[in-house]
Amino acid sequence: MKAAINRIFRLVVKEFRTVWGDKRSRIIIIAPTMIQLFILSFAATHEMKNASLGVFLEDEGLQGREFISRFEAIPTTFSRVKRYGSLGDVGKAIEKQEVIGVVHVGPKFSAEMETGKTASVQLLLDGRKANAAMITQGYISRIADQFSSEKSGRTSLVTVVPRMWFNQNLDPLWSSVPALLGILANLVAVIITSLSIARERELGTFEQLLVSPLRPLEILVGKTIPAIIISFAEGCGMILLAVTVFRIPFNGSLILLLGALLLFLFAIVGVGLFISSLAKTQQQGFLGAFTYFVPAILLSGFATPVENIPDWLRFIAYGNPLKYMVSISRAVFLEAPTTVEVIKMAIPLIPIGIFTLAAATLLFRKRME
Amino acid sequence: MKKKMRRIFALVLKESYQIIRDPSSILIAFILPLMLLFLFAYGISMDIKSLNIGVINESRSPEANDLVTAFKNSGYFHVTLAADRRDLKEQVGGGNLLAVVVIPYDFPARIKRGDGGYVQSLVCGTDSNTAELALGYIEGAIRNWLWQRGDRGERKSPVLLNIETRIWFNEEIESRSALLPGSIAVIMTLIGTMLTSLVIAREWERGTMEALLSTPATSIEILMGKFIPYFVLGMIAMGLVTAVTTLLLGVPFRGSLLVLTIVSAAYLCAALGLGLLISTLNNSQFAATQVALIVGYLPSFLLSGIVFEICSMPLPIRIITYCMPPRYFVSSLQTLFLAGNVWEVIVPDTVRIFLFAVLFLAATAAKTKKTLES
Repeated sequence: MKAAINRIFRLVVKEFRTVWGDKRSRIIIIAPTMIQLFILSFAATHEMKNASLGVFLEDEGLQGREFISRFEAIPTTFSRVKRYGSLGDVGKAIEKQEVIGVVHVGPKFSAEMETGKTASVQLLLDGRKANAAMITQGYISRIADQFSSEKSGRTSLVTVVPRMWFNQNLDPLWSSVPALLGILANLVAVIITSLSIARERELGTFEQLLVSPLRPLEILVGKTIPAIIISFAEGCGMILLAVTVFRIPFNGSLILLLGALLLFLFAIVGVGLFISSLAKTQQQGFLGAFTYFVPAILLSGFATPVENIPDWLRFIAYGNPLKYMVSISRAVFLEAPTTVEVIKMAIPLIPIGIFTLAAATLLFRKRME
Repeated sequence: MKKKMRRIFALVLKESYQIIRDPSSILIAFILPLMLLFLFAYGISMDIKSLNIGVINESRSPEANDLVTAFKNSGYFHVTLAADRRDLKEQVGGGNLLAVVVIPYDFPARIKRGDGGYVQSLVCGTDSNTAELALGYIEGAIRNWLWQRGDRGERKSPVLLNIETRIWFNEEIESRSALLPGSIAVIMTLIGTMLTSLVIAREWERGTMEALLSTPATSIEILMGKFIPYFVLGMIAMGLVTAVTTLLLGVPFRGSLLVLTIVSAAYLCAALGLGLLISTLNNSQFAATQVALIVGYLPSFLLSGIVFEICSMPLPIRIITYCMPPRYFVSSLQTLFLAGNVWEVIVPDTVRIFLFAVLFLAATAAKTKKTLES
């Protein structure tokens, strides 16, 4: 037993020297994660900001002008409001993507508003940007509702009083940074492991490992530990950055988050090793890692809500370790869940981890024969 | 000249064999693109289908019950009912309930007086994007309910303003129609940048670069030998994706196929140029993968306007998107598929993509020469 631990320790030291040995390789492991954390956390928002909106005002009355001025009053959302003089110009503008949409106020607008009839406003949107179009539609109908209830002299029959829990101002950074903690730790761990065995195979040093006293299982463990240590350390670094630089509130328990992160890393290192045992070259390993990343990130709840995934595809989402990590990380940062709640959220990681590690071991053994 | 062609041909042949004999090339050219399409078509969508919300009906009046039914029948929500706030408040967050709508006890009285009933909605803000969507859908459901009541003549609706929305190019506003053309950009980046980022680093790492250098082939010829087979592979994948998107997944194609081919070829040149540049700058494959991930894959996916709107990003990030080819390709693709040949969009985009291609390929050629001399 002691001898085995000693052998594994030697392999871990060797692995560390390969991926952590010189300054260049350290940069290659740390820098990409940090660059991605900074760029993606700010990019990942479905808010509308700095959009260009077009206006085609045919009405000469007061009401029309006032209605239009409402859009100019929110420069963070619509930083440019462009006027157009004819339907032809409007069509061209949307086609050329000058504006995301055009609000068309007809000639009878003021008259209808003043006589208490329901006035109609046309909203033309560019469907090439489906999400942006939907969001713009939401903003504009909200503005129209407000305008109409002010003009009708009484508030709307029912108003919705919204209150946001855990993230009062719906700051997108508060959601994206904790989610990226899971995603980036995932990237690092899987890339390191999926390339590690493949590299030895490609360079022909795998035979040397095999003739050493190391047993197959020990090789696997020795390959796993450095990847887990490095990605865990990077995870800790990201938590620190999240709290200090991004100023994300940290309401939950750090120990619970770190525990969940470790559990998560075990589960995905299994994925990486599985790919690595399959791959003959690093290019194959990298491709394999990609085949895992794409669905894992898309179905993690980072970019779009998991609730939107159709039922028949949800079983894949439920097997995705990243989905659990993203929600645990967000919850621990913002919601301050109890220990029991975190454990409940983390439990699915255990069977997933056992499955991936067992599959990797079996495959690795098989490929050795 | 003839000798030159023969050398390039031989190198192309060598590289093609390397691709064809590697089973992972099937993965990248066929399986990965299909998987991406499938995920973009079904996996991610901003169209809400079953939001888990709780409704606390404190008033239990006919009006309130009617509103609850409206929530249930809207098709957007999965409603958990309760009569008391305490029953549901704790379930908000933790992945249980996204929002709780409270219909207060004085709801019918206030509506009858007409001085504005209110409904409280508590939304879990942990995922800000979903929270925003959820709030929008809740407000929408209530607005609809009010309209319907107005129609039934129970009470005249005070709404003076009606917005008629018309969505151009994508009438049913399916996010899939906008996402799928964009996925071509991701796939071509995968083949162009990710795969080629390894091909020169690989020769260095395996020590076969010396063997290549000792042949009469010049550095440009070696690059051509790497470039051509991956170009062919990329164009085949593009054809496959276009066919599946339009024929099987029902996304319209309103532009011209010739234009699509030209724009895609230009983008593929840029992507390959970038990949080869990364490859010549990094002697280890591990380093090359990391760089390719950052400057190739992630920008094509997240900074191109496919998933996140570029105009909403902070200025420094918007500047970065201008310095990378994906955003131009994605806007051309979305235009070609959904709108048609809008030259004002396609021509400037293609010119920019082409300039990137020239820049990357020239830089690669210059850099390769230097490496050989040193």
